[in-house]
Amino acid sequence: MRRFFLIATPYAWLLLLFLVPFAIVVKISLSDTALAIPPYTPKFSWVDGIWAYLSQLDFENFIFLTEDDLYWKAYLSSFKIATISTALTLMVGYPIAYAMARAPSEWRPTLMMLVILPFWTSFLIRVYAWMGILSNEGYLNQLLLWSGIIDTPLTILNTNTAVYIGIVYTYLPFMILPIYSALERLDDSLIEAAEDLGCSRLTGFWLVTIPLSKTGIIAGCFLVFIPALGEFVIPSLLGGSNSLMIGKVLWEEFFSNRDWPVASAVAVILLLLLVIPIVLFQRNQQKQQEAEQ
Amino acid sequence: MTTAEFEPWDDPQEKPLIHFQNVTKRFGAFTAIDNLTIDIYEREFYALLGPSGCGKTTLMRMLAGFETPTEGTILLADQDIVSVPPNKRATNMMFQSYALFPHLSIWENIAFGLKREGMPKPDINNRVEEMLRLTRLEKFSNRKPHQISGGQRQRVALARSLAKAPKLLLLDEPLGALDKKLRQETQFELMDIQEKTGTTFVIVTHDQEEAMTVASRVAVMDHGKIIQVATPDRIYETPNSVYVADFIGDVNIIQGTTTANGEDSYAIAWAEGRAPLTANSNQPFSDGQECHLAIRPEKVAISTERPENAANAVQGKILDIAYLGNISTYHVELPSGVVVKAQAANTRRISRRSYTWEDTVWLSWTATAGVLLAN
Repeated sequence: MRRFFLIATPYAWLLLLFLVPFAIVVKISLSDTALAIPPYTPKFSWVDGIWAYLSQLDFENFIFLTEDDLYWKAYLSSFKIATISTALTLMVGYPIAYAMARAPSEWRPTLMMLVILPFWTSFLIRVYAWMGILSNEGYLNQLLLWSGIIDTPLTILNTNTAVYIGIVYTYLPFMILPIYSALERLDDSLIEAAEDLGCSRLTGFWLVTIPLSKTGIIAGCFLVFIPALGEFVIPSLLGGSNSLMIGKVLWEEFFSNRDWPVASAVAVILLLLLVIPIVLFQRNQQKQQEAEQ
Repeated sequence: MTTAEFEPWDDPQEKPLIHFQNVTKRFGAFTAIDNLTIDIYEREFYALLGPSGCGKTTLMRMLAGFETPTEGTILLADQDIVSVPPNKRATNMMFQSYALFPHLSIWENIAFGLKREGMPKPDINNRVEEMLRLTRLEKFSNRKPHQISGGQRQRVALARSLAKAPKLLLLDEPLGALDKKLRQETQFELMDIQEKTGTTFVIVTHDQEEAMTVASRVAVMDHGKIIQVATPDRIYETPNSVYVADFIGDVNIIQGTTTANGEDSYAIAWAEGRAPLTANSNQPFSDGQECHLAIRPEKVAISTERPENAANAVQGKILDIAYLGNISTYHVELPSGVVVKAQAANTRRISRRSYTWEDTVWLSWTATAGVLLAN
């Protein structure tokens, strides 16, 4: 009985806080927009009964998503931005994780703290700070102009470049930590064995270090890719009107157009698209656990 | 048919495979290897034996190329290898932790070094098969290291390090992780493989029994210095110092002063008011020189009556008996307070043993049983 409750509690939690809201969103996505509060019909009434209510639902909004090319372009662009920024985060994060894992052990907790430190300030404030750095009159341009590297300010803010910078900056810790934990467990004698058997430093790294940190790399990539795909704050603050991401489209449908049913449809599709990488991520985690046994 | 004794170290014509010349290695203020000069010959099974921290692992890592000496030169087949990186050396190492690549199968682990050499594929296949056969691992070639037992992993590590047919194979505590029975079996396997492949083996160990079993010569180390290098039997029978005598096996050390009483024979005054002991020694001792008489417990006889014609006999009381099944070790306290250990085979059933705790017994040994040591 106790066991049952122990298992049931998280499921009840999930049911209440995820499945129920999601069911409501699905339901709205099948409704029609209306000038009312809330802004959609039909509304459930006990008089007509549940069948009359369900029969009024349709897939119109989903069909609409395929008709207007804004949406699939936004999905595609989100996918592209998320993929590129995940790759960039990996390129920046792996050397940092590697350096951390190779640092003397008394330094590691401090380095770890430094990686986590940015979380102590609000995410929004940090993104605003980047606006200050990247704008035409921002610190970066001032520095570059002052040092004479450029003579006209670079336009970075309100481009996809700014979005990449923002995503890499924000999600870097999520890349570093899983890779670091994989590298830290790596036995140094494996590298020595590789060298002893004829590897140069570089081939040893490529043949031993990289494969043995693979699970960390995969975990880090998913932890960056999944939230980056639906990212809203960074493209809207740093990307301006130039960057097209599905999170922004979703926000505009909800708050500017007040078209809740279409916005819900966008959200449902986004979730279905995210399920694929999440399942893959789960599988990776499972494989890692099996390997450790 | 006569087989020639394998003793290249006694042949002045023979050139050593490895030559350490005045090698010193310091880590900061700590001197790990102290001005050390040794020769290791081809086909030798050379054991570096010593307590932890004596520098034996550093010595081996210098051979592998993971450490460079602070001073001195290391020659491998007359070539100075100090500046050669590990991946360019004709040496391979078997790591204490085995260091098998967990993401590769047994087959791929063994093939790893061969692939780096750029060996053609069919040759790699043949060589790996040969190694698998040699270490009796054919059945496991597709498994991953975590799917096999500790003893099998040890054999994979050996096969991997032998695959490249190194001039010199280094073994860092290779049997440390195995249980006693498996360790003993594996020792003989190691010797067998060493003989079959004709590779020179250098083994690092802190287990004196292991060193004695496998090695053609044992180097006993302490504080970065080699104390004695000799064959196992000479190390045991004629240690050159109290340290070696004490480190290898069990030993009784009796302190005293020498007086010559014949050719190569000395009387040892060891306790006030007791008859002096007699011992033979090739080493010259001056009269009144301080000495240590080292006698192995199995060379001390124990009896209830004073044995006749014994060169040395002392009386004492049994303090303790360590019963080991086949033999027993008796700890006998002499009136002077010195405790002498004597070993006797348990040829009778334990219930019929003729002496027990608190019994007064006689210990005796011959003049040649002990070794007279200056320090």
